[in-house]
Amino acid sequence: MVLNMTEGPVKKPVNGNGCCRTSNGVKPGMNGCVKNHLYQQHSYCSSDEKSSHICHNGGIYKRPFKESFEETPMLVAVLTYMGYGILTLFGYLRDFLRQWKIEKCHNATEREEQKEFVPLYQDFENFYTRNLYMRIRDSWNRPICSVPGAKFDILERVSYDYNWTFKYTGRIVNDVINMGSYNYLGFAENSGVCADAAAEITLKYGVGVCSTRREIGNLDKHEELEKLAAKFLGVDAAMAFGMGFATNSMNIPALVGKGCLILSDELNHASLVLGARLSGATIRVFKHNNMQSLEKLLKDAIVHGQPRTHRPWKKILILVEGIYSMEGSIVHLPDIVSLKKKYKAYLYLDEAHSIGALGPTGRGVVEYFGLDPRDVDIMMGTFTKSFGAAGGYIGGTKELVDYLRTHSHSAVYATSMSPPVVEQIIASMKCIMGEDGTTLGQERVQQLAENTRYFRRKLQEMGFIIYGNDDSPVVPMMLYMPAKIGAFGREMLKRNIGVVVVGFPATPIIESRARFCVSAAHTKEMLDTALNVINEVGDLLQLKYSRHRLVPLLDRPFDETTYEENED
Amino acid sequence: MTLAPADAGQQQDGVRATVGVSGDGASLLRAQANRELKEGIKLKTPKFFKKLTASMNEIEEIIEEWQPEPLVPRMSKEKPAPSYNIVSGPPCHKITVNGKQCINFASFNFLGLLDNDRVKNQALQSLRKYGVGTCGPRGFYGTFDVHLELEDRLAKFMRTEEAIIYSYGFATIASAIPAYSKRGDIVFVDEAACFSIQKGLQASRSHIKYFRHNDMEDLERILKQQELEDQKNPRKARVTRRFIVVEGLYMNTGAICPLPELVKLKYKYKVRIFLEESLSFGVLGQHGRGVTEHFGVNIDDIDLISANMENSLASVGGFCCGRSFVIDHQRLSGQGYCFSASLPPMLASAAIEALNIMEEDQDIFRLLRDKCKLIHKELQGISGLKVVGESISPAFHLQLEQSSGSRESDVRILNRIVEYCMDRKIALTQAHYLEKEEKFLPPPSIRVVVTVEQTEEELEMAANLIKEAAQNILQ
Repeated sequence: MVLNMTEGPVKKPVNGNGCCRTSNGVKPGMNGCVKNHLYQQHSYCSSDEKSSHICHNGGIYKRPFKESFEETPMLVAVLTYMGYGILTLFGYLRDFLRQWKIEKCHNATEREEQKEFVPLYQDFENFYTRNLYMRIRDSWNRPICSVPGAKFDILERVSYDYNWTFKYTGRIVNDVINMGSYNYLGFAENSGVCADAAAEITLKYGVGVCSTRREIGNLDKHEELEKLAAKFLGVDAAMAFGMGFATNSMNIPALVGKGCLILSDELNHASLVLGARLSGATIRVFKHNNMQSLEKLLKDAIVHGQPRTHRPWKKILILVEGIYSMEGSIVHLPDIVSLKKKYKAYLYLDEAHSIGALGPTGRGVVEYFGLDPRDVDIMMGTFTKSFGAAGGYIGGTKELVDYLRTHSHSAVYATSMSPPVVEQIIASMKCIMGEDGTTLGQERVQQLAENTRYFRRKLQEMGFIIYGNDDSPVVPMMLYMPAKIGAFGREMLKRNIGVVVVGFPATPIIESRARFCVSAAHTKEMLDTALNVINEVGDLLQLKYSRHRLVPLLDRPFDETTYEENED
Repeated sequence: MTLAPADAGQQQDGVRATVGVSGDGASLLRAQANRELKEGIKLKTPKFFKKLTASMNEIEEIIEEWQPEPLVPRMSKEKPAPSYNIVSGPPCHKITVNGKQCINFASFNFLGLLDNDRVKNQALQSLRKYGVGTCGPRGFYGTFDVHLELEDRLAKFMRTEEAIIYSYGFATIASAIPAYSKRGDIVFVDEAACFSIQKGLQASRSHIKYFRHNDMEDLERILKQQELEDQKNPRKARVTRRFIVVEGLYMNTGAICPLPELVKLKYKYKVRIFLEESLSFGVLGQHGRGVTEHFGVNIDDIDLISANMENSLASVGGFCCGRSFVIDHQRLSGQGYCFSASLPPMLASAAIEALNIMEEDQDIFRLLRDKCKLIHKELQGISGLKVVGESISPAFHLQLEQSSGSRESDVRILNRIVEYCMDRKIALTQAHYLEKEEKFLPPPSIRVVVTVEQTEEELEMAANLIKEAAQNILQ
């Protein structure tokens, strides 16, 4: 499917992903891939909780680090490829019919006056859009008309021409359970402390700023937010930007340039990829979360220097994300930190999905692993998700932030953040930190962790293939076949659950998936309702691919030993 | 820090020693062995193994010795990082900068909508309905009914088929250009194009050809040049898309682009036009539709118009509009659209209300133009300072007539003028650029912004003050 939607890595190798993933790690010999070994080391729980985190193999992970990527069953893979094959064949057939005007062409067309211009699009470019994406387009861009909280209201729309155009019926589907928004801590609210604070600021400041930070758009509110963010992150200083995507794409070029090397995880978000490209530095890609691959690149880079000239690299910057939003995996940060120290590289950590959502007090992946924020050179994250606002930040040493204040593209050329948005972030951040005098924020963080474990565990028990780390609130569930992408999205909406489904190119071609985002705002009843519906639709569409059935745990509390109990 | 030559030599030795069994490998090996003897390594270990360990040691040494540059250059003590002005309270007509109460001549709040009660109330209502954030990109439940309404309204306002909104003004044109122009395509750009256009071009990886600012002859010259080249390689020419990227009202020069000529060139040489209207939208034309209305050019002749909603509309974000054939493509290919969280609904609502006001009160645009002309006239003939920009442009530049020698000292002089005015209740700012990143760095200048909220007295006062400052500081 051409779902160039979001969160997809821009480029991604499609080769044999199925066999590169390991089973749950019970049978290490099954496909002997690197991830398997890593997993084995990390799941080893260090008995000495207080020991320093920088010791080797096993010791650097204080808690069980369980990540699973069950391999694609062979039959499913074959059927999936066949599905794409049939779709492609029919696509060609229908393109042929359209060309001969046998079938009506719904595409918007070029103006008559410009017919002689070089075509704006290559015909092939839109093949997927026309013939695959269009069939299931109704699963995306569903307009909502309420707070994107635990439940939302969706505008009903229909299409009479096979999704080429939509008509709004004027009816509203109320109280759809929202499993799609990144509302991890449930701060997407239209009432309560945060919304009240934002409302007050709206009346006082208005919504715009009409200038840049560097010129005359640096409000006292911005300064307040940055001080608070630095405190929250545990770093010397921080800087906030108006858009999360631009935080990456407009600041990486300020940090590295020609003669520098960027080592980037293959599944990094498009914004990181764009930032890396704009910087002019050399980019090398390492396998997702694969430390051997990263170390090899680091070693080679230092030993061989720059290509051709063999001059030593000026700097090496490692780009990783905290939680990978399409895989649900968590970065192997302790390994990366020790590698980065050993090879004197710099580390850029994008916590778009992990800030607020991981760690005992919501400080993100650094706290999750019990590391020191100072070990990460550039702490980046967004305010869109856990804070229910918009924008992004960069935290680090005072020198770094001072430098960015004068050299960031965003600070000099882009309009600064809207004051009410800033206030929403300040209020929600204070709530998480407990500075509002309550424990409500802390409760949200705990609730999210509980919900995540519960939801993931239940899905696994039902027999779905679930990717990612047990603690990650991003829960990808494998659908594989192209037809099931649309079917799953529709069937779930029919039963009043809003889910996100994704396919190629945001994922490898055979690994289409549904993605749930667990929120602290979800009550147990909501999750149970959602789970029941998923179970029902899963049976209907035969989505229970997993061959590692877990033994249902009845009502035993989840502890660190539960992951051992699965049988083939 | 760089590797000392000796280390580099060692590294080469190491590499050669591991592979150097062929050719004169023997002598090399002997040399290697001798060196190791000197270093006190026992010869008892098998030769092959020894070679390996030696090179391993060397690799470790190289790694040990490599010192990267610091992540950010150390700030020198004499030249500390310039600090930002701190604005306390709202950045509207009356602004408090660094504790000084001033009249704002620096924010792009042309229509004074930032402080408008209707806009604020609409935003507030929206906040009470939707909350602040959208918690998702447009594709994944980040599309709100207000986004659809705003797109619809913008398209109707501009009289185009479709509009698409972005959540960040800078990202709008920077995402739109690479959505169409790819590697191998050719883009003709005005030298004075703003930074977001430059970044869009860079992301597109197309061939970029600059023409002199607003110089149509120069543009035609390079178009002709290209035509000749195309004749040499017609097969390639058939698939090479061409675009002209211009601004309606140039941010960096305050000049208006000669759109009718550009349209002629467009059809003559079959090049598409992308027009960036961040400053001209809501400013030029009888209804504020921008430079197309100003010149009476048919808007369908422009392939894509992009503008931000951060100036006239006094909200946040940006939009592109044009024919559906062009615009719709961005919904899957505009990176800043697909991969970013959508615009907070309250900001979209604010923009809708601002559009309402613009549609209701067309006098506002005439009023703005009159004020621009007024201050423009007042500022003529200051010795030492020249006014750069169109007389109907609400944002124009004051440059030094004669450079004092270096950019640095020019900046310092202009800064003193800004400070002088700031102390006397007029808030101005210099136009800031990233000097090393700009392709064609504009000369240092003070950017004066006119808004409808400034009264005639205030405009005269500002003009007189600038004159006074120039006299005091430049003489």
